[in-house]
Amino acid sequence: MTAVAAMPPKNYEILPKPGGNGESPGELLEVSMGPQHPSTHGVFRMDVVLDGEKVVKLKPVFGYLHRNHEKIAENISYLGSMPYTDRLDYFCSMTNNWAYALTVEKLAGLPVPERAEYIRVMMAELTRLQNHTCLIGFFVQDMGALGTPLMYAFREREKILDLFESVSGARMMCNYMRFGGVRCDVTPDWLAQAKQLVDGYGKFLDEFEALFTENEILLARTQGVGVLPRELVVNASLTGPMLRAAGVNYDVRKVDKYGIYGRFDFKVPLGEHGDIYDRYMVRVLEMRESVKILEQALRDIPSGPVMDPKAKLRGFRPKAGEAYGRVEAPKGELGFYLISDGSANPFRYRVRPPSFINLTVLEDMCLGHRISDTVVILGSVDIVLGEVDR
Amino acid sequence: METPEQIKSRLEAAVPGAKIEILPNDCPAGERSLLVGPAHVLGAAKFLRDDPQLRLDFCSNVTGVDWPKTEIAEKIKVKQIVDGVEKEIEEVKKTTRPGFLEVVYHLYSMELKHGPVVLRQRTANRDTEAPAVSLTPVWRGCEFQEREIFDLFGIRLEGHPDLRRILMWDGFKGFPMRKDYVPPDDFEYEPTPHDKVLEQAKKQYPPEVKA
Repeated sequence: MTAVAAMPPKNYEILPKPGGNGESPGELLEVSMGPQHPSTHGVFRMDVVLDGEKVVKLKPVFGYLHRNHEKIAENISYLGSMPYTDRLDYFCSMTNNWAYALTVEKLAGLPVPERAEYIRVMMAELTRLQNHTCLIGFFVQDMGALGTPLMYAFREREKILDLFESVSGARMMCNYMRFGGVRCDVTPDWLAQAKQLVDGYGKFLDEFEALFTENEILLARTQGVGVLPRELVVNASLTGPMLRAAGVNYDVRKVDKYGIYGRFDFKVPLGEHGDIYDRYMVRVLEMRESVKILEQALRDIPSGPVMDPKAKLRGFRPKAGEAYGRVEAPKGELGFYLISDGSANPFRYRVRPPSFINLTVLEDMCLGHRISDTVVILGSVDIVLGEVDR
Repeated sequence: METPEQIKSRLEAAVPGAKIEILPNDCPAGERSLLVGPAHVLGAAKFLRDDPQLRLDFCSNVTGVDWPKTEIAEKIKVKQIVDGVEKEIEEVKKTTRPGFLEVVYHLYSMELKHGPVVLRQRTANRDTEAPAVSLTPVWRGCEFQEREIFDLFGIRLEGHPDLRRILMWDGFKGFPMRKDYVPPDDFEYEPTPHDKVLEQAKKQYPPEVKA
C-alpha cells in the first residue's frame, strides 16, 4: 500500500453548533472570505464562522504580499530603502518617505531647512486629502454604491497626483524626501496650482458630503455598527481616525509637533460613539482641517534652500545608536525603528505599520454582526495590504 | 517625563527582586532603554501601565532584534617593561559576546501624552524558539506584533493567547529575520516533465557518446 498524502484542509466546513443555554442546535458554516474578494482591498482573507448570517468567529489571514521589506532594507544603504518605503502604503508614499527621513534625521542629528519643512507639511497634508477622499469612495463602494462616488473621489485624487508628478516625477512612487530636506524645490507655478486646488477642495467636500453624510442607507449601515469602546481602543494600540473616532484625543502632529506642526492652527476632530459613522465623519472633518493647514502653509512658505548643505547623500554612516521616529500618517501612527552599528546599512530596520496593528481588533468589531457588515467594518479600518504584509 | 534612572529606582521598589539595567544610546536621539530580566517583565509592564505618574497605556511598537555571537575588540593601555624601561603599550583585548535575541517595546502615554519609554527583554540564547515573556495580557496591541516576532525571529513568547505564524505560511521552516538565515536557492522550484525526459535521455545515451 502506498502512503496517502495528507489532504489540505477544506475551505468550507460545516461544524456542529454547540447546543445548550436554550439555543436550538444547528450547524455553523466556516467560510473563507478572500483572498480574491473585491471588498478585501487587495489580497486579504478572513476565516469566518457563521451561524446563519451572524458572525461567531473571525480570524484575519494575511501575508500574501509579504516580501520581507525589513530584511531587504538591512542589506542595502540607508538611502537605498527610501524608494522601498513608497511601496509600503502605496497610497501615501509621501508620508512614508517623511517618516523614514524623520527617523534617520533623529538618528544622525541632521537639521532640515525651513522651506523643506513647509514643503513636507504640504505634501503630507495633500496625501491625507487624497487618502481620505479615496477611502470614502472605496468605503461607499463596499456598501453597494458602485462606481460613481469612487469616480468622484478619483477625479480629485488625480488632481493631487498631478501635483506630485510635476514635483517628483512620479504619481504614486514619489521617492521625494531625503535625509536633511527634500529632493527638489517646488516652483512658483506649482504653488499657484496647489493654491487653486486647495481653494476648490472645500467646495468638493461640500458636494461629497451632500451625497453621503445624511444618506439614509449610509446611516443605516454604519451607525452602531463595529463599535469599539474607549478602553479597548487604547489598549489595542489603535491609532489614527480609528482611535479618534472613539473619542481619544491623540494626534502625533499635536503630541510630538514633529517638523513644524507646532506653528499651524488646526483642530483634532473627535468622535463620540466609536462606530463606523464616527470614523467616516472624523475623516471628513480631518480633510477640512488639512485644507486649513495647507492654506496656512501656502501663505507662509519662505524662500531658501530645500536641502541642508552639509547633508551627505553618498557614504552616509550614522554613529552607532538607535532611534524611533513616528509621524501621523493618514492611516495612523507610522513609525520607523532603526539601530545603527556605524556601518553604511542599518543593523535593524523596523516599520510600525498602522493598518497592520489596527487589524488586531477586527474580530472584536465583527462578532455578532452579519456577514455583510464585516465588509463595511473592514472598509472603515482603512487597510493597504502593501503595508500590512510588508 | 521622568528620566530612566528615576523610573528604574521606582520600578525596583515596586517590583520586588527586579533588576533593571539602563542601556546607553550614544546617537543624538538618545532614547535609553530599560532592560528587564524575564522573571519580572510582566510585573514591570503592569507597573509602567498602571502607575499614575507614568500611565504608559499605549504600547506603540514591538519588535525583535537578533544579536549574533560577536567578538568585541577593545583597545586597552597596558604598562609593560620593554628593555628595562616602563612604557605604555596599546593592546587589543578580544572578548566574545554570546548571541541572544531581544524584544523591544516602545511605550507612550495617551493619557498624559508623554513618551517614549523603551523596554527590552532578552532571551538566554539563540536557540530555535528561545523563550521570552509575552506582554499581550498587558497591552492587547502587542498581539499581532508578537506573532510577527515569533514568525520572523523565532522567539517563543510565553503567555501569548494565539501564537502562530502570521506573515509566512504555516508550513514554513526557519526564521527569516535572523542574521544567519539563508534563503533557499529557488522558492518556486517544482519538478517539471523535462526532469523526467533528461533522466531518460541520460539512460539512452551513455556518457561516452557525448557528441
